[in-house]
Amino acid sequence: MPEIVIFLLIKLVMTIVIFALWMTMVPFMIWLERKVIADIQIRIGPNRVGPFGLLQPIADALKLIMKEDITPAKADKLIYPIAPALLMVPALLAIAVIPIGGMVTIGERSFTLQIMGEYRGPNGFFVPELDAGILLSLALSSLGVYGVVLAGWSSANKYSLLGGMRSSAQMLSYELPLGVALVGPLLLASSLRLNEVVNAQSNFGIWFIIPQFVGFIIFLMSGTAEVNRAPFDLPEAEQELIGGYHTEYSSFRFAMFFMAEYLNMVTISALAVTFFLGGYRLFTDIVWLQPIWFALKLMLFLYLFVWIRGTWPRVRYDQLMALGWKVSLPLALVNLAITAIVLAYVPKRAVLVLTITSIVLITIAYYGSSYNIRRSTDMTARSGYARRHLPESEETRI
Amino acid sequence: MEITGYNVAFIAIAAMTVTSAIFVVTLPNILRSALFLMFTFIGVAGLYVLANAEILAAMQLLIYVGAITVLILFAIVLTQQLMGARITQTSRNIVLGGVAAIAVFAFIATTFVSHFSKGSDMIAAQPAVPTSDPLLMIAKMLIQPYVLPFELASFILLVAMVGAIVIAKEDKD
Repeated sequence: MPEIVIFLLIKLVMTIVIFALWMTMVPFMIWLERKVIADIQIRIGPNRVGPFGLLQPIADALKLIMKEDITPAKADKLIYPIAPALLMVPALLAIAVIPIGGMVTIGERSFTLQIMGEYRGPNGFFVPELDAGILLSLALSSLGVYGVVLAGWSSANKYSLLGGMRSSAQMLSYELPLGVALVGPLLLASSLRLNEVVNAQSNFGIWFIIPQFVGFIIFLMSGTAEVNRAPFDLPEAEQELIGGYHTEYSSFRFAMFFMAEYLNMVTISALAVTFFLGGYRLFTDIVWLQPIWFALKLMLFLYLFVWIRGTWPRVRYDQLMALGWKVSLPLALVNLAITAIVLAYVPKRAVLVLTITSIVLITIAYYGSSYNIRRSTDMTARSGYARRHLPESEETRI
Repeated sequence: MEITGYNVAFIAIAAMTVTSAIFVVTLPNILRSALFLMFTFIGVAGLYVLANAEILAAMQLLIYVGAITVLILFAIVLTQQLMGARITQTSRNIVLGGVAAIAVFAFIATTFVSHFSKGSDMIAAQPAVPTSDPLLMIAKMLIQPYVLPFELASFILLVAMVGAIVIAKEDKD
């Protein structure tokens, strides 16, 4: 068999396995979310179908698929059916660059557990890791906005349209801080390849969450906004928009919107793990354990997403935009500038200096932004600064 | 032409790019045109990948597909559904448009022909694999020889942004 065929076969198997893992995360996330939210709200949650209600997502999916697929009479007949797919496809493609494990060696072939990863065969057959790496992942996650806008537009329903418009503005705004927040770790790793970012963290001997704490916070915030999760779920705000862009959808097309949302959430969590929590590395370098470490760290973030949803009230539209443009983006740019200067002038002690500056920066940003946003849009009414420094009348003014 | 994986991929992607480009200018429904513009840009990104310019391809997706076409869609959706204005794509001024199209085509064609006459094989069967890190090469190019155009481009964007703010600002008479 020629080497190229073996290469393609290995990549095919890897793609199918990673794809299956990602798709399995969707029902698991639905179950986890319902259980955790129920716990937060002092309810029991699903407990009838299967042990601990574990089979509830399957029942939900069956119910959704059995429903009639309805197209509104005035909907655009070409765009309405394909809009959910336009959301789903980029969400699935974005997993291609994420490494879930290190270099595996089987006989004379070795490859990384990453769909677009490195591959070495016998006789100098070598396929390098994708150079663009994170750029491709960011580009694909920005394509999701098409599905949302077109779903909103083609439904011929003003609530759908409003949801679609809100969502596109939100996703475009938060893409910027999301991208800039990742440049800090990229500078430390001096490569766009995700595998190099993971290796750099083990070379530095420290997870990038510590020297890049500001970047981590901004990434988490913008990532939540980018995937339209609470408290940034304005595009679907049930109380005002009856579900937003997916109001008119039913049956499997409706399910696709939710699958895409959960897939994006898993992808953002995977990026956060890779960039800030040392990726697939933990304790030992036994390669077959690495996907398990990766999965454990992923669970941490997925739980965090659900926790945030259960805890925070939804922000208002002007608050959302103020947070994105007036806080996240300037902070991300300052963090980028500091990282670049530190790496240029004190590369030997970069981690130490960056850790100190990030603590200082996040403290200034926390108090500064809570004061500013409190004054203009009163978002952080419960923040320490506002409580201590603003008179009671200010607090109750809203 | 010999049938290789590269050629098949090139023809498929080029066909997709050209077909969707034709749809962009011929469809009467302007929103569908914008949708096909997205496919055109994705096709161009695919061509960049075939030319071993992965970073350029990712940039193409990020900027043209992820931001510019979305803004076009945004504008269309806002004007059509919220303002109630129907926009259709019509082909008025065929003569002037034709002249402009022919001029652009002539410019590109002469560039190609002049390159061929110099004996450089621009359309090689396989693109050259870059020897050093392409990201590093792009970075050095932007900082050293092309720093002026780079800064000029950002200056133009700044001017456009200031202009947009001036237009959007309410009159306080």
